[in-house]
Amino acid sequence: MPAPTPSQTVGPFYGYALPFPRGGDVAPDGHPETITLHGYVLDGEGQPVPDALIETWQPGPDGSRAGAPGSLRHDPVTGRPFGRDGVAFTGFGRVPTDADGHWAVRTLPPGGVSYVSLAVFARGLLHHLFTRAYVVDEPGDALLGSLPPERRATLVARSEAPRTYRFDIRLQGDGETVFLEFPPESA
Amino acid sequence: MTTLTNTDTDTGAESAHHPPRDHPPYRSSRLRHPKQPLIPLRDPEAVELSGPAFGVTDVAALDSDLTRQHPGEPLGERITVSGRVLDRGGRPVRGQLVELWQANASGRYAHQLDRHPAPLDPNFTGFGRCLTDDDGTYSFTTVKPGAYPWSNHTNAWRPAHIHFSLFGTAFAQRLVTQMYFPGDPLLPYDPILRSVSDESARQRLVCAYDHDLSVPEWSLGHRWDIVLDGPSATLFEEGDDH
Repeated sequence: MPAPTPSQTVGPFYGYALPFPRGGDVAPDGHPETITLHGYVLDGEGQPVPDALIETWQPGPDGSRAGAPGSLRHDPVTGRPFGRDGVAFTGFGRVPTDADGHWAVRTLPPGGVSYVSLAVFARGLLHHLFTRAYVVDEPGDALLGSLPPERRATLVARSEAPRTYRFDIRLQGDGETVFLEFPPESA
Repeated sequence: MTTLTNTDTDTGAESAHHPPRDHPPYRSSRLRHPKQPLIPLRDPEAVELSGPAFGVTDVAALDSDLTRQHPGEPLGERITVSGRVLDRGGRPVRGQLVELWQANASGRYAHQLDRHPAPLDPNFTGFGRCLTDDDGTYSFTTVKPGAYPWSNHTNAWRPAHIHFSLFGTAFAQRLVTQMYFPGDPLLPYDPILRSVSDESARQRLVCAYDHDLSVPEWSLGHRWDIVLDGPSATLFEEGDDH
Protein backbone atom coordinates (compact mmCIF):
# COMPACT_ATOMS: atom_id res chain seq x y z
CA MET A 1 0.00 0.00 0.00
CA PRO A 2 1.34 3.45 -0.81
CA ALA A 3 2.52 5.59 2.09
CA PRO A 4 0.53 8.72 2.84
CA THR A 5 1.57 12.26 2.00
CA PRO A 6 2.47 14.09 5.22
CA SER A 7 0.41 17.01 6.47
CA GLN A 8 1.81 20.57 6.61
CA THR A 9 0.45 23.77 8.10
CA VAL A 10 -2.12 25.83 6.19
CA GLY A 11 0.09 28.86 7.01
CA PRO A 12 -1.11 32.43 7.48
CA PHE A 13 -1.74 33.28 3.81
CA TYR A 14 -4.56 30.93 2.81
CA GLY A 15 -6.94 33.87 3.10
CA TYR A 16 -7.33 34.77 -0.58
CA ALA A 17 -7.48 31.12 -1.57
CA LEU A 18 -9.62 28.92 0.63
CA PRO A 19 -12.42 31.09 2.05
CA PHE A 20 -15.24 31.71 -0.40
CA PRO A 21 -18.33 33.94 -0.41
CA ARG A 22 -21.12 32.60 1.81
CA GLY A 23 -18.82 29.84 3.08
CA GLY A 24 -20.60 29.95 6.42
CA ASP A 25 -24.13 30.00 4.96
CA VAL A 26 -24.77 26.27 4.86
CA ALA A 27 -28.52 26.65 5.39
CA PRO A 28 -30.62 27.70 2.41
CA ASP A 29 -31.46 31.40 2.51
CA GLY A 30 -34.32 32.23 4.84
CA HIS A 31 -34.84 28.68 6.07
CA PRO A 32 -36.95 28.90 9.23
CA GLU A 33 -34.98 26.18 11.02
CA THR A 34 -31.60 27.81 10.53
CA ILE A 35 -29.29 27.57 13.52
CA THR A 36 -26.15 29.62 14.15
CA LEU A 37 -23.08 27.81 15.42
CA HIS A 38 -20.27 30.13 16.42
CA GLY A 39 -17.35 30.62 18.77
CA TYR A 40 -13.74 31.58 19.24
CA VAL A 41 -10.50 29.74 18.53
CA LEU A 42 -8.06 30.28 21.42
CA ASP A 43 -4.42 29.30 21.92
CA GLY A 44 -2.61 27.94 25.00
CA GLU A 45 -2.55 31.40 26.60
CA GLY A 46 -6.20 32.04 25.89
CA GLN A 47 -5.35 34.45 23.09
CA PRO A 48 -7.53 34.50 19.98
CA VAL A 49 -6.20 32.77 16.89
CA PRO A 50 -6.96 35.16 14.01
CA ASP A 51 -5.45 32.98 11.29
CA ALA A 52 -7.40 29.77 11.76
CA LEU A 53 -9.83 28.19 9.31
CA ILE A 54 -12.81 26.10 10.37
CA GLU A 55 -14.52 23.58 8.11
CA THR A 56 -17.79 21.90 8.99
CA TRP A 57 -19.43 18.78 7.64
CA GLN A 58 -22.78 17.28 8.61
CA PRO A 59 -25.78 15.32 7.40
CA GLY A 60 -28.75 17.15 5.97
CA PRO A 61 -31.91 17.46 8.07
CA ASP A 62 -33.16 14.29 6.36
CA GLY A 63 -30.08 12.40 7.56
CA SER A 64 -28.49 12.23 4.13
CA ARG A 65 -24.69 12.24 4.21
CA ALA A 66 -24.28 12.65 0.47
CA GLY A 67 -23.90 16.41 0.57
CA ALA A 68 -24.25 18.35 -2.66
CA PRO A 69 -21.81 20.09 -4.97
CA GLY A 70 -21.96 23.82 -5.58
CA SER A 71 -20.40 25.35 -2.47
CA LEU A 72 -17.69 27.09 -4.49
CA ARG A 73 -19.76 28.22 -7.47
CA HIS A 74 -18.38 30.95 -9.78
CA ASP A 75 -20.15 33.84 -11.41
CA PRO A 76 -20.37 32.71 -15.04
CA VAL A 77 -19.88 36.26 -16.37
CA THR A 78 -17.00 37.58 -14.32
CA GLY A 79 -15.51 34.22 -13.35
CA ARG A 80 -15.22 35.49 -9.79
CA PRO A 81 -16.18 33.31 -6.84
CA PHE A 82 -19.89 33.56 -6.22
CA GLY A 83 -20.46 30.99 -3.48
CA ARG A 84 -23.60 29.00 -2.91
CA ASP A 85 -26.82 29.44 -4.82
CA GLY A 86 -28.75 29.94 -1.58
CA VAL A 87 -31.04 26.97 -2.30
CA ALA A 88 -29.11 23.70 -2.09
CA PHE A 89 -27.96 22.33 1.25
CA THR A 90 -24.38 21.19 0.56
CA GLY A 91 -23.53 20.01 4.08
CA PHE A 92 -20.14 21.70 3.94
CA GLY A 93 -19.03 24.93 5.55
CA ARG A 94 -15.72 26.80 5.51
CA VAL A 95 -14.99 30.01 7.40
CA PRO A 96 -11.83 31.80 8.51
CA THR A 97 -11.59 33.26 12.00
CA ASP A 98 -11.67 37.05 12.16
CA ALA A 99 -9.26 39.36 13.98
CA ASP A 100 -10.91 38.34 17.28
CA GLY A 101 -10.51 34.65 16.55
CA HIS A 102 -14.26 34.38 15.98
CA TRP A 103 -16.06 32.19 13.44
CA ALA A 104 -19.71 31.47 12.66
CA VAL A 105 -21.72 29.19 10.42
CA ARG A 106 -25.48 29.30 9.80
CA THR A 107 -26.77 25.83 9.11
CA LEU A 108 -29.61 23.40 9.66
CA PRO A 109 -29.80 20.91 12.53
CA PRO A 110 -28.01 17.71 11.49
CA GLY A 111 -30.36 14.81 10.78
CA GLY A 112 -29.88 11.51 12.60
CA VAL A 113 -26.98 12.66 14.75
CA SER A 114 -26.60 15.39 17.34
CA TYR A 115 -23.29 16.86 16.20
CA VAL A 116 -21.63 18.91 13.49
CA SER A 117 -18.12 17.69 12.57
CA LEU A 118 -15.34 20.26 12.52
CA ALA A 119 -11.82 20.41 11.13
CA VAL A 120 -9.51 23.10 12.49
CA PHE A 121 -6.59 24.53 10.50
CA ALA A 122 -4.23 27.31 11.58
CA ARG A 123 -0.81 28.80 11.18
CA GLY A 124 1.34 26.91 13.67
CA LEU A 125 -0.80 23.80 13.44
CA LEU A 126 1.19 21.26 11.43
CA HIS A 127 -1.65 18.77 11.17
CA HIS A 128 -5.27 19.87 11.30
CA LEU A 129 -7.50 18.77 14.16
CA PHE A 130 -10.95 17.18 14.18
CA THR A 131 -13.59 17.80 16.76
CA ARG A 132 -17.39 17.74 17.09
CA ALA A 133 -19.84 20.38 18.20
CA TYR A 134 -22.76 18.57 19.82
CA VAL A 135 -25.85 20.71 19.57
CA VAL A 136 -27.70 18.20 21.73
CA ASP A 137 -26.09 16.63 24.82
CA GLU A 138 -27.11 13.15 23.75
CA PRO A 139 -27.35 10.85 26.81
CA GLY A 140 -26.62 7.66 24.88
CA ASP A 141 -23.79 8.98 22.73
CA ALA A 142 -20.81 6.60 22.88
CA LEU A 143 -18.16 9.28 22.49
CA LEU A 144 -19.65 11.66 25.05
CA GLY A 145 -20.27 8.77 27.40
CA SER A 146 -16.64 7.70 27.24
CA LEU A 147 -15.33 11.06 28.48
CA PRO A 148 -15.05 12.46 32.00
CA PRO A 149 -17.53 15.31 32.58
CA GLU A 150 -14.97 18.10 32.28
CA ARG A 151 -13.71 16.91 28.92
CA ARG A 152 -17.16 15.98 27.70
CA ALA A 153 -18.28 19.54 28.28
CA THR A 154 -15.79 20.81 25.70
CA LEU A 155 -17.72 19.02 22.94
CA VAL A 156 -21.17 20.30 23.83
CA ALA A 157 -22.19 23.58 22.25
CA ARG A 158 -23.85 25.95 24.71
CA SER A 159 -27.33 27.16 23.83
CA GLU A 160 -27.05 30.96 24.02
CA ALA A 161 -30.31 32.10 22.53
CA PRO A 162 -33.03 30.44 20.47
CA ARG A 163 -31.33 28.58 17.62
CA THR A 164 -27.90 29.99 18.55
CA TYR A 165 -25.09 27.77 19.84
CA ARG A 166 -21.69 28.79 21.16
CA PHE A 167 -18.74 26.46 20.58
CA ASP A 168 -15.26 27.70 21.51
CA ILE A 169 -12.22 25.75 20.40
CA ARG A 170 -9.30 25.80 22.85
CA LEU A 171 -6.22 24.39 21.16
CA GLN A 172 -4.27 23.94 24.40
CA GLY A 173 -4.40 24.39 28.16
CA ASP A 174 -7.33 24.99 30.50
CA GLY A 175 -10.50 23.59 29.03
CA GLU A 176 -8.61 22.18 26.07
CA THR A 177 -11.10 20.93 23.50
CA VAL A 178 -11.33 17.19 22.95
CA PHE A 179 -9.84 16.43 19.54
CA LEU A 180 -10.52 13.23 17.67
CA GLU A 181 -8.60 10.96 15.38
CA PHE A 182 -9.90 8.38 12.97
CA PRO A 183 -7.31 5.62 13.06
CA PRO A 184 -5.81 4.75 9.70
CA GLU A 185 -5.36 1.23 8.52
CA SER A 186 -2.14 0.21 10.28
CA ALA A 187 0.68 -0.24 7.83
CA MET B 1 9.57 25.66 28.12
CA THR B 2 6.65 23.46 27.39
CA THR B 3 6.53 19.96 28.70
CA LEU B 4 7.87 17.35 26.36
CA THR B 5 5.61 14.59 27.59
CA ASN B 6 2.57 13.50 25.74
CA THR B 7 2.90 16.09 23.02
CA ASP B 8 2.96 13.83 20.01
CA THR B 9 -0.57 12.63 20.33
CA ASP B 10 -0.69 10.70 17.10
CA THR B 11 -0.76 6.97 17.08
CA GLY B 12 2.52 5.22 16.37
CA ALA B 13 1.40 4.26 12.90
CA GLU B 14 0.52 7.82 12.05
CA SER B 15 3.47 9.64 13.56
CA ALA B 16 5.87 8.05 11.10
CA HIS B 17 4.02 9.81 8.30
CA HIS B 18 2.76 13.08 9.73
CA PRO B 19 4.53 15.75 11.76
CA PRO B 20 3.97 15.97 15.50
CA ARG B 21 1.84 19.00 16.24
CA ASP B 22 4.38 20.14 18.81
CA HIS B 23 7.54 20.95 16.90
CA PRO B 24 9.52 23.59 18.88
CA PRO B 25 11.77 24.69 15.96
CA TYR B 26 8.54 25.96 14.34
CA ARG B 27 7.76 28.59 16.95
CA SER B 28 4.13 29.11 16.11
CA SER B 29 3.37 25.50 17.03
CA ARG B 30 4.17 26.12 20.71
CA LEU B 31 0.80 27.41 21.90
CA ARG B 32 -1.28 25.85 19.15
CA HIS B 33 -1.08 22.13 19.75
CA PRO B 34 -3.22 20.12 22.15
CA LYS B 35 -1.44 18.51 25.07
CA GLN B 36 -4.15 15.97 25.77
CA PRO B 37 -4.04 12.82 23.67
CA LEU B 38 -6.41 12.72 20.74
CA ILE B 39 -9.41 10.45 21.26
CA PRO B 40 -9.39 7.62 18.72
CA LEU B 41 -12.80 6.98 17.24
CA ARG B 42 -13.67 3.72 15.52
CA ASP B 43 -17.33 4.20 14.77
CA PRO B 44 -18.73 2.83 11.52
CA GLU B 45 -21.62 5.29 11.88
CA ALA B 46 -19.37 8.35 12.26
CA VAL B 47 -20.38 11.23 10.02
CA GLU B 48 -16.67 11.83 9.36
CA LEU B 49 -16.58 8.67 7.23
CA SER B 50 -18.66 10.42 4.60
CA GLY B 51 -17.45 13.42 2.73
CA PRO B 52 -18.26 16.76 1.22
CA ALA B 53 -19.33 16.54 -2.42
CA PHE B 54 -17.85 18.74 -5.10
CA GLY B 55 -18.55 18.81 -8.78
CA VAL B 56 -18.27 20.73 -12.01
CA THR B 57 -20.17 23.68 -10.57
CA ASP B 58 -17.33 24.18 -8.09
CA VAL B 59 -14.62 24.81 -10.68
CA ALA B 60 -14.42 27.24 -13.57
CA ALA B 61 -12.60 26.87 -16.86
CA LEU B 62 -9.56 28.96 -15.93
CA ASP B 63 -9.20 27.77 -12.36
CA SER B 64 -6.50 25.22 -13.12
CA ASP B 65 -4.36 27.61 -15.19
CA LEU B 66 -3.04 30.25 -12.82
CA THR B 67 -1.23 31.98 -15.69
CA ARG B 68 -4.52 32.88 -17.44
CA GLN B 69 -6.48 34.45 -14.60
CA HIS B 70 -5.41 38.01 -15.48
CA PRO B 71 -5.06 39.92 -18.75
CA GLY B 72 -1.28 39.60 -18.97
CA GLU B 73 1.32 36.91 -18.47
CA PRO B 74 2.71 36.52 -14.96
CA LEU B 75 6.42 36.84 -14.38
CA GLY B 76 8.52 33.78 -13.69
CA GLU B 77 9.20 30.28 -14.82
CA ARG B 78 5.95 28.69 -16.10
CA ILE B 79 5.44 25.17 -14.77
CA THR B 80 2.96 22.34 -15.12
CA VAL B 81 2.27 20.47 -11.88
CA SER B 82 0.45 17.19 -12.27
CA GLY B 83 0.05 13.91 -10.48
CA ARG B 84 -2.42 11.38 -9.18
CA VAL B 85 -4.43 11.41 -6.00
CA LEU B 86 -4.61 7.94 -4.48
CA ASP B 87 -5.98 6.47 -1.28
CA ARG B 88 -4.06 4.19 1.06
CA GLY B 89 -5.26 1.22 -0.96
CA GLY B 90 -3.61 2.65 -4.07
CA ARG B 91 -6.97 3.36 -5.70
CA PRO B 92 -7.42 6.57 -7.68
CA VAL B 93 -9.51 9.19 -5.92
CA ARG B 94 -11.81 10.42 -8.67
CA GLY B 95 -13.84 13.57 -9.17
CA GLN B 96 -12.38 15.16 -6.08
CA LEU B 97 -11.54 18.77 -5.49
CA VAL B 98 -7.87 19.77 -5.45
CA GLU B 99 -7.07 23.32 -4.39
CA LEU B 100 -3.68 25.03 -4.34
CA TRP B 101 -2.25 28.42 -3.43
CA GLN B 102 1.22 29.90 -3.56
CA ALA B 103 3.45 32.95 -3.59
CA ASN B 104 4.38 34.58 -6.90
CA ALA B 105 7.74 34.16 -8.64
CA SER B 106 9.39 36.71 -6.38
CA GLY B 107 8.13 35.09 -3.18
CA ARG B 108 5.22 37.37 -2.34
CA TYR B 109 1.66 36.31 -1.59
CA ALA B 110 -1.25 38.37 -2.89
CA HIS B 111 -2.32 38.78 0.72
CA GLN B 112 -2.71 42.01 2.66
CA LEU B 113 -0.66 40.72 5.58
CA ASP B 114 2.33 39.58 3.51
CA ARG B 115 4.68 42.55 3.98
CA HIS B 116 7.73 40.95 2.37
CA PRO B 117 9.05 43.78 0.18
CA ALA B 118 9.17 41.78 -3.02
CA PRO B 119 7.04 42.90 -5.97
CA LEU B 120 3.43 41.91 -6.31
CA ASP B 121 2.60 40.64 -9.78
CA PRO B 122 -0.56 42.21 -11.24
CA ASN B 123 -0.95 39.14 -13.44
CA PHE B 124 -0.70 36.53 -10.72
CA THR B 125 -2.91 35.86 -7.71
CA GLY B 126 -1.72 32.33 -6.97
CA PHE B 127 -4.86 30.32 -6.37
CA GLY B 128 -6.31 27.46 -8.36
CA ARG B 129 -8.56 24.44 -8.16
CA CYS B 130 -9.52 21.46 -10.27
CA LEU B 131 -11.25 18.11 -10.03
CA THR B 132 -9.38 14.85 -10.40
CA ASP B 133 -10.25 12.85 -13.51
CA ASP B 134 -11.19 9.17 -13.84
CA ASP B 135 -7.56 8.23 -13.32
CA GLY B 136 -7.30 10.36 -10.18
CA THR B 137 -5.09 12.81 -12.05
CA TYR B 138 -4.97 16.55 -11.35
CA SER B 139 -3.10 19.12 -13.40
CA PHE B 140 -2.25 22.81 -12.96
CA THR B 141 -0.36 25.39 -14.96
CA THR B 142 1.29 28.02 -12.79
CA VAL B 143 4.65 29.70 -12.19
CA LYS B 144 7.38 28.48 -9.89
CA PRO B 145 6.98 30.31 -6.58
CA GLY B 146 9.92 32.15 -5.05
CA ALA B 147 11.47 31.62 -1.64
CA TYR B 148 10.70 34.25 1.00
CA PRO B 149 11.99 35.22 4.43
CA TRP B 150 10.00 34.81 7.62
CA SER B 151 10.73 35.71 11.19
CA ASN B 152 10.89 32.26 12.77
CA HIS B 153 14.68 32.38 13.35
CA THR B 154 17.81 34.08 12.02
CA ASN B 155 18.04 33.81 8.26
CA ALA B 156 14.78 31.90 8.07
CA TRP B 157 13.64 31.57 4.46
CA ARG B 158 10.89 29.26 3.35
CA PRO B 159 11.92 27.05 0.45
CA ALA B 160 9.78 27.44 -2.66
CA HIS B 161 6.54 25.57 -2.05
CA ILE B 162 2.95 25.23 -3.21
CA HIS B 163 0.16 24.65 -0.69
CA PHE B 164 -2.33 21.88 -1.54
CA SER B 165 -5.77 21.16 -0.08
CA LEU B 166 -7.56 17.83 -0.69
CA PHE B 167 -10.71 16.11 0.53
CA GLY B 168 -10.94 12.54 -0.68
CA THR B 169 -14.09 10.59 -0.06
CA ALA B 170 -14.35 11.13 3.69
CA PHE B 171 -14.08 14.18 5.92
CA ALA B 172 -11.55 12.15 7.94
CA GLN B 173 -9.35 11.88 4.83
CA ARG B 174 -8.86 15.65 4.67
CA LEU B 175 -5.32 16.80 3.87
CA VAL B 176 -3.63 20.19 3.72
CA THR B 177 0.02 19.95 2.76
CA GLN B 178 2.85 21.62 0.85
CA MET B 179 4.78 20.53 -2.22
CA TYR B 180 8.49 21.39 -2.45
CA PHE B 181 10.92 21.42 -5.38
CA PRO B 182 13.86 19.06 -5.84
CA GLY B 183 17.37 20.36 -5.30
CA ASP B 184 16.27 23.41 -3.29
CA PRO B 185 19.22 24.36 -1.03
CA LEU B 186 16.79 25.65 1.61
CA LEU B 187 15.15 22.28 2.25
CA PRO B 188 17.54 21.21 5.04
CA TYR B 189 16.94 24.46 6.93
CA ASP B 190 13.16 24.64 6.90
CA PRO B 191 11.57 23.71 10.25
CA ILE B 192 8.15 23.22 8.67
CA LEU B 193 9.37 20.62 6.18
CA ARG B 194 11.64 19.13 8.84
CA SER B 195 8.72 18.73 11.24
CA VAL B 196 8.28 15.50 9.29
CA SER B 197 10.99 13.52 11.04
CA ASP B 198 11.14 10.52 8.74
CA GLU B 199 13.41 11.11 5.75
CA SER B 200 11.39 9.01 3.32
CA ALA B 201 8.17 10.71 4.43
CA ARG B 202 9.84 14.09 3.91
CA GLN B 203 10.88 13.06 0.41
CA ARG B 204 7.23 12.42 -0.40
CA LEU B 205 6.67 16.18 -0.14
CA VAL B 206 9.20 16.90 -2.91
CA CYS B 207 8.01 16.76 -6.51
CA ALA B 208 10.09 15.37 -9.39
CA TYR B 209 11.02 17.14 -12.59
CA ASP B 210 9.28 15.19 -15.36
CA HIS B 211 10.52 15.90 -18.87
CA ASP B 212 7.48 14.23 -20.42
CA LEU B 213 5.21 16.66 -18.56
CA SER B 214 7.05 19.67 -19.94
CA VAL B 215 5.17 21.46 -22.73
CA PRO B 216 7.27 22.61 -25.73
CA GLU B 217 7.89 26.35 -25.83
CA TRP B 218 5.66 26.72 -22.78
CA SER B 219 6.36 25.10 -19.41
CA LEU B 220 8.53 22.80 -17.33
CA GLY B 221 6.82 19.71 -15.96
CA HIS B 222 6.75 18.56 -12.35
CA ARG B 223 5.11 15.39 -11.14
CA TRP B 224 3.79 14.98 -7.63
CA ASP B 225 1.51 12.16 -6.53
CA ILE B 226 -0.54 12.56 -3.37
CA VAL B 227 -1.68 9.71 -1.13
CA LEU B 228 -4.56 10.46 1.22
CA ASP B 229 -4.45 8.94 4.65
CA GLY B 230 -7.77 7.88 5.94
CA PRO B 231 -9.61 5.86 8.51
CA SER B 232 -9.54 2.14 7.95
CA ALA B 233 -13.22 2.17 7.02
CA THR B 234 -12.54 4.17 3.86
CA LEU B 235 -10.49 1.29 2.50
CA PHE B 236 -13.44 -1.02 2.45
CA GLU B 237 -16.09 1.03 0.77
CA GLU B 238 -18.19 -0.79 -1.75
CA GLY B 239 -17.35 -0.03 -5.33
CA ASP B 240 -15.31 2.81 -6.72
CA ASP B 241 -17.91 5.52 -6.67
CA HIS B 242 -17.28 8.58 -4.64
